Amino acid sequence: MKPKVALYWCASCGGCEEAVVDLAEAILDVVNRVDIVFWPVAMDFKREDVEALQDGEIVASFINGGIRLSEHVEMVELLRRKSQLVFAFGACACFGGIPGLANASMRDELLNYVYSEAPTVENPENIRPVPDYKLDGVKLDVPEFLESCKPLDEVIDVDYYIPGCPPSVGVIVDALNALLEGNLPPKGSVLASQKSVCHDCRLNTTKPEKILLKSFKRVWEAKPDPDKCLLAQGFLCLGPVTRGGCGALCINGNMPCTGCFGPLDGIVDYGAKALSFIASIIDSTDEEEIEKILEKIPDPLGLFYRYSLPKSLLDGIRR
Amino acid sequence: MSFEPRIVGIFCNWCAYMAANLAGTARMVYPSALKVIRVMCSGRIDPQFVFWAFRNGADGVLLAGCHPGDCHYMEGNAKCLRRYRLMKKLLPQFGIEAERLRLEWISASEADKLKRVAEEFTEEVRGLGPLSFKGVELGILEEAGKGQARL
Repeated sequence: MKPKVALYWCASCGGCEEAVVDLAEAILDVVNRVDIVFWPVAMDFKREDVEALQDGEIVASFINGGIRLSEHVEMVELLRRKSQLVFAFGACACFGGIPGLANASMRDELLNYVYSEAPTVENPENIRPVPDYKLDGVKLDVPEFLESCKPLDEVIDVDYYIPGCPPSVGVIVDALNALLEGNLPPKGSVLASQKSVCHDCRLNTTKPEKILLKSFKRVWEAKPDPDKCLLAQGFLCLGPVTRGGCGALCINGNMPCTGCFGPLDGIVDYGAKALSFIASIIDSTDEEEIEKILEKIPDPLGLFYRYSLPKSLLDGIRR
Repeated sequence: MSFEPRIVGIFCNWCAYMAANLAGTARMVYPSALKVIRVMCSGRIDPQFVFWAFRNGADGVLLAGCHPGDCHYMEGNAKCLRRYRLMKKLLPQFGIEAERLRLEWISASEADKLKRVAEEFTEEVRGLGPLSFKGVELGILEEAGKGQARL
């Protein structure tokens, strides 16, 4: 009997699902080796089908997206019960990801903005989603919008992490092979490289021993030289503090690393580490000049915590 | 009872920590709100230390290192200064007033400066009140409404 596998999405964009499809021919091999019992985006199984399974009958669930709705909590708790292993799939499930940036605002601020204040919204009756609504005697249930966006492991026990926005083909294939061949590392491991993005980057040989910059460049300001380390050119590339495994895909596309594979082992707060590293390569000891150079970083939270705000030390205690 | 702030000091071994030692041997009195942690250099102050302190209940964090040009390790204090300026920009985005983080250059002989800074900062933080993460209007969405957001 082929091992049963489930795939589920929570607060996500669908890019992680796309990444599975991006396996191309390799997906045929995967489909031959596993029995997919639940995959809402691509197959017609319902929640009842999952509920009908025995506890632990699913060998592995791959869950992507952050946890933002009460429905997400219910579904991942159900999948946890039915699964031997749970893989947090993609940056959102691992660290909160892009939807996690909403944690920079309070829940009510978000709802007010989306349902009334945004310039493109017209909502004179101020209609809001209500979790428990009755219409003509029928109870309609809309999932509740929770206080904050959480990574998967703050809601259920997670066995393995597959980072990336989305995870690249290589790390997905490696994870599946490890699962099917019984080669999985210790529980809690991140299934990607143990070295930084720079290690995999083809421009690493052009990276000077010591980088010191008088100014930073935003990507829209200048055209990067495709054959020279982007950081050495002044672009805010987070490769040195970001876990590798992606094959430096973005840099190959002439875009600096934005950190979607998250921190390396032993780092508690990715953004703090990224901030520390960027600050340390500024070539100035003069307070005013430093301030001037930092003008190119108008939104440090968005830059350093793009994928990991809900995992940051300072998020969450505000509430 | 009035609010008694909790302040974490992260001091360089070669200067500010020595100044605190000197203040101690000279029996100078500085506010007990300040709890000092010693690091070998202000350049060793990982922003994670600062965020960890705030997360775990510090109302203010005081960083102190050698005067510019006097770093025992050549340029650790310059690195600290740059991280400090960037952290000051970041903290308000988390709802933490930038004034809750302060950096001072205090040499080994400046016990009096240490005392003054500790007193000033304690009063300033007392004025800000307990860390609530609500002291700063984030205003990201408000700005977005005006079409000024740089999200």
